[in-house]
Amino acid sequence: MPVQVRIPTPLRKLTNNEELVQVEAATVGAAITALQARYPGIRERLLDDQGAVRRFVNVYVNEEDIRFLQNQQTPLKEGDEISIIPAIAGG
Amino acid sequence: MEKQRPFMKALKCRECGHEYPLEATHVCEFDFGPLEVVYDYDRIHGRLTRDLIESRPRTMWRYRELLPIAGEPTVGAQVGYTPLVRADRLARRLGVRELWIKNDAVNYPTLSFKDRVVSVALSRARELGFKTVACASTGNLANSVAANAAAAGLDSYVFIPHDLEQGKVLNSLIYGARVIGIRGHYDEVNRLCAEIAGKYGWAFVNVNMRPYYAEGSKSMGFEIQEQLGWKIPAHTVVCMASGSLLTKIHKSYQEFSKLGLVASTPWKIHGAQATGCSPITTAQKAGLDFFKPVKPDTIAKSLAIGTPADGFYALKVMKETGGSGEDVTDDEIREGIRMLAECEGIFAETAGGVTVGVARKLIASGKIPADESVVLCITGNGLKTLDAVAGHAGETREIRPSLREFEGVMANDQPDLVNS
Repeated sequence: MPVQVRIPTPLRKLTNNEELVQVEAATVGAAITALQARYPGIRERLLDDQGAVRRFVNVYVNEEDIRFLQNQQTPLKEGDEISIIPAIAGG
Repeated sequence: MEKQRPFMKALKCRECGHEYPLEATHVCEFDFGPLEVVYDYDRIHGRLTRDLIESRPRTMWRYRELLPIAGEPTVGAQVGYTPLVRADRLARRLGVRELWIKNDAVNYPTLSFKDRVVSVALSRARELGFKTVACASTGNLANSVAANAAAAGLDSYVFIPHDLEQGKVLNSLIYGARVIGIRGHYDEVNRLCAEIAGKYGWAFVNVNMRPYYAEGSKSMGFEIQEQLGWKIPAHTVVCMASGSLLTKIHKSYQEFSKLGLVASTPWKIHGAQATGCSPITTAQKAGLDFFKPVKPDTIAKSLAIGTPADGFYALKVMKETGGSGEDVTDDEIREGIRMLAECEGIFAETAGGVTVGVARKLIASGKIPADESVVLCITGNGLKTLDAVAGHAGETREIRPSLREFEGVMANDQPDLVNS
């Protein structure tokens, strides 16, 4: 089903500067696969050699961190929004 | 000081080593790893001597070769060089011989260690031509950005969780900063700021300015070493929110060792968190390399970061130095605040209560041996988190202006004196 993906600045070189991309996917993992099909190279930026989300990448579905959901198995429904955000410091 | 080539060379990804120019950027394009400033240590070595440092004004900028700006500091030139207090009364209470308090509760101008990071970030932001600065904050960073931006004539936007302590909110508003309260916890504020950061051409101190900002924390560690008489303490206890300060204290010890400014004696860095937000210490106790994010619930709001960006590196530092992680409950935090206040006359915010409470536990368990030197890093001022201790610090006894009524009080407190 169609979902929106917000592309962070460091990855926009791969998406021709597109900020918001629509893909068809039933899970977060499938959305990443769909992104890779359209923008080759994006998968390796997000996932490590074992296929896990890189440790400095945070992925959110509708503002909730997927580590509080079902990680890459998190199901998606139509209209969901995925955000990909680098870890940031502060306090 | 003479104009010369800066001592910083590039930004470099901590994960893959890819280098980037010294711009307002913070994340590696290849693996999202954090970027860190690289220095020309060969040039600094031999130039930065104890004599040169001691000849300079007592501010954090006396270590300027190791701080990432190109010219003179234009924001926060008076920040730092806070007292390192020998805390014998607290030492007796905790059961350790040599205890020191590094007291950033009285840092200039906004009473927290954040003035260190902000003076670097804003000085660098000006060098890069920014007119507006911003931050995501649990309170102290917001106060510091607001005040230092005002003094520098920069516009500021600060983003905070909506339910922060009143003292911290007013402490940002008073400087004329535009304060945005986000209905969510800090991790949500941060996520929003990451999305805003690129959009308006602002210097976001903890986002696109992070590589410069974070380096400012090293100055707390430089000062500790100098104030101890050019020595590294055997134990340093540091509270952790994102974990950045802990890693930078470690780096300050490494840099002074490498430059020959101190003897490279062994040191352990211990991390302190509140039980209600302890992703890093929980992972440390379990022997894990990476933390599991949590949803914070603690009175130590300045430490309430459930997804700590530097958690991975903080764990690494504790492991490499043989340090420990420990956490304390809200009641133990209040007790820590009171102990520090009663023994040393220092009123720390909740994060300081965390540090004292954790030190107490580590000493009691023998992880910090009684005969080794210990420094506690106190990062913020208790006057900003009055809400947390209100109702827990004893009560005023009200009387009429009458001698008889006062003697009633004394008869209760010190009957021997009244009857003599």
